[in-house]
Amino acid sequence: MKVLVPVKRVLDYNLKVRVKPDGSGVDLSNLKMSMNPFDEIAVEEAVRHKEGAPNLPNSHYKAGAVTEIVAVSIGPEQAQETIRTALAMGADRGVLVKADADLEPLAVAKILKGIVEAEQPQLVILGKQAIDDDSNQTGQMLAALLDWPQATFASKLELTNGRASVTREVDGGLQTLAVELPAIVTTDLRLNEPRYASLPNIMKAKKKPIDMKTPADYGVDAAPRLAVVKVAEPPKRQGGAKVKTVDELVAGLKAAGVI
Amino acid sequence: MAVLVVAEHDNASLKDATHKVVSAAQKMGGDVDVLVAGHNAGAAAQAAAKIAGVRKVLHADGASLDHQIAEPMQALIAPLTAGYDAVLFAATTTGKNVAPRVAAKLDVMQISGVTGIEGADTFVRPIYAGNAMLTVKSRDPKKVLTVQPTAFAAAGEGGSASIETIPAPDGPFKSAFEREEIVKLDRPELTGAKRVVSGGRALGSAEEFHRVLEPLADKLGAAIGASRAAVDAGYAPNDYQVGQTGKVVAPELYVAIGISGAIQHLAGMKDSKVIVAINKDEEAPIFQIADFGLVADYKTAVPELLAALEKAGV
Ligand SMILES: Cc1cc2nc3c(=O)[nH]c(=O)nc-3n(C[C@H](O)[C@H](O)[C@H](O)COP(=O)(O)OP(=O)(O)OC[C@H]3O[C@@H](n4cnc5c(N)ncnc54)[C@H](O)[C@@H]3O)c2cc1C
Ligand SMILES: Nc1ncnc2c1ncn2[C@@H]1O[C@H](COP(=O)(O)O)[C@@H](O)[C@H]1O
Repeated sequence: MKVLVPVKRVLDYNLKVRVKPDGSGVDLSNLKMSMNPFDEIAVEEAVRHKEGAPNLPNSHYKAGAVTEIVAVSIGPEQAQETIRTALAMGADRGVLVKADADLEPLAVAKILKGIVEAEQPQLVILGKQAIDDDSNQTGQMLAALLDWPQATFASKLELTNGRASVTREVDGGLQTLAVELPAIVTTDLRLNEPRYASLPNIMKAKKKPIDMKTPADYGVDAAPRLAVVKVAEPPKRQGGAKVKTVDELVAGLKAAGVI
Repeated sequence: MAVLVVAEHDNASLKDATHKVVSAAQKMGGDVDVLVAGHNAGAAAQAAAKIAGVRKVLHADGASLDHQIAEPMQALIAPLTAGYDAVLFAATTTGKNVAPRVAAKLDVMQISGVTGIEGADTFVRPIYAGNAMLTVKSRDPKKVLTVQPTAFAAAGEGGSASIETIPAPDGPFKSAFEREEIVKLDRPELTGAKRVVSGGRALGSAEEFHRVLEPLADKLGAAIGASRAAVDAGYAPNDYQVGQTGKVVAPELYVAIGISGAIQHLAGMKDSKVIVAINKDEEAPIFQIADFGLVADYKTAVPELLAALEKAGV
């Protein structure tokens, strides 16, 4: 089975965000960019279903369940690096859809639909959320556009005869769905722990092919639907006060009227 | 102008998040209807009809809606939107799962986790784990939003809306419910709780997590939350996670115990009214936003706190 994994290039999660003084956006100049952490989990999941995971006890991953992994990124030229990271982790080839502006999830989903139609995967594994826009939309939108079933926020994915059994992290606990393939799955944090690519695999990844495309290749009008009015700093919280003893703490909470 | 609010409920009862989304809908102006989509969810529909200011409740009841799975929910809601200018969901796992699917069907760009409504087409939402606030104006003919319930006051009771029964979609659908493990709690629900006690990696084990936090939560009548590190390590169930990619809470009192205060955690709790941090590292970032920081080992500080609360008659 072929799997498509969309990977987004985002500001590294360790870095502090600076809002531009003119309120037009967030300043990303000269900052480290990385693969969206949920997408690393998505790549890892696809690779485990391809290679198996013999070192995990009682593993439900079977080598060969997945036969080909295509990593896709939609973004600037440098998003190639994000695809290379996916290739070094074990993806087989890449597709870069070059787009300058930050596309909205709806436009991304439309482009992904075009890629799905061209590639015919049985499964698309996306991150549940990009940690820059915090939208949590693209997978669900892609499912709607394709009329495919979806299982979002996955913490376990089992593949058996044309179906996927997916355990989802929901408010209140865990829910397991059976979905027919082809399907959309989005990853949550507990699905797996992504690997670091080894040096030999990073070298090998340099030789794996990446196709270059544009939104127009898929007939997608990527014009934004939302106009940015402004981007502002969040209200600053007055904090930093310390208490020396527990009694002082309790007195303070009483005075604040919260106990 | 008419707004449809998709109710948050578990068939048996209506969740308070619904009241908060109704009040967000009222800020947009116009009539507000509530959709209760479920199975044997009559009680939830009755409760929705009592929310002050609701014009009408649409009640769709059927087996396909039992677990509010995305496919049947989309099949139900997308056609219903014909009569509305906006559809609002709570930013819960159910709302986040369904809303984008409905929006894409309508060819509309959905807006996630809205914390401010500045009119019928202009909305504020956090991005980058709440480190920036984005204000956007939607050019789409219909608006589809998920609303952060903690950012809005709950609409009151006292309404008497009519309830209109509408058919549930019958499928077939390509996804089916298999099973669920829902954690039954004797304490308040995390997102709606007035007080929250949260534990981090410092607790070291599931036994310690519960041994230390439960008596304190009991004493305070608090819900229990956790950092990602505590959930990943198996000290607490997944739905305890507070943060950018977990639950957002804004209680009157948030007590963070052995949590460092990574931005991803702060994103989920920095709008709490009063924040207490207990951490043995005085440099821990959590102290920068805490109103009451106590530099101490939780092993001694938490029992002392329990005793002091006892003494203070709490
Ligand atoms: C994509 C992504 C999403 C994420 N989403 C979230 C999220 O939603 N929520 C979230 O919480 N995190 C999230 N994180 C993780 C986040 O970056 C931090 O790793 C996490 O919050 C750290 O948890 P912690 O504070 O419990 O652990 P640590 O950072 O290890 O902190 C433990 C703290 O305990 C203190 N301590 C140790 N022993 C004691 C003692 N005996 N007494 C008192 N204090 C003690 C230490 O001084 C330290 O400050 C996310 C990360 C990524 C990459
Ligand atoms: N520009 C992009 N390129 C590739 N994948 C993307 C892009 N934007 C979003 N995605 C995928 O969609 C997921 C959810 O993103 P979002 O809906 O923006 O929160 C991400 O984790 C990625 O898997």
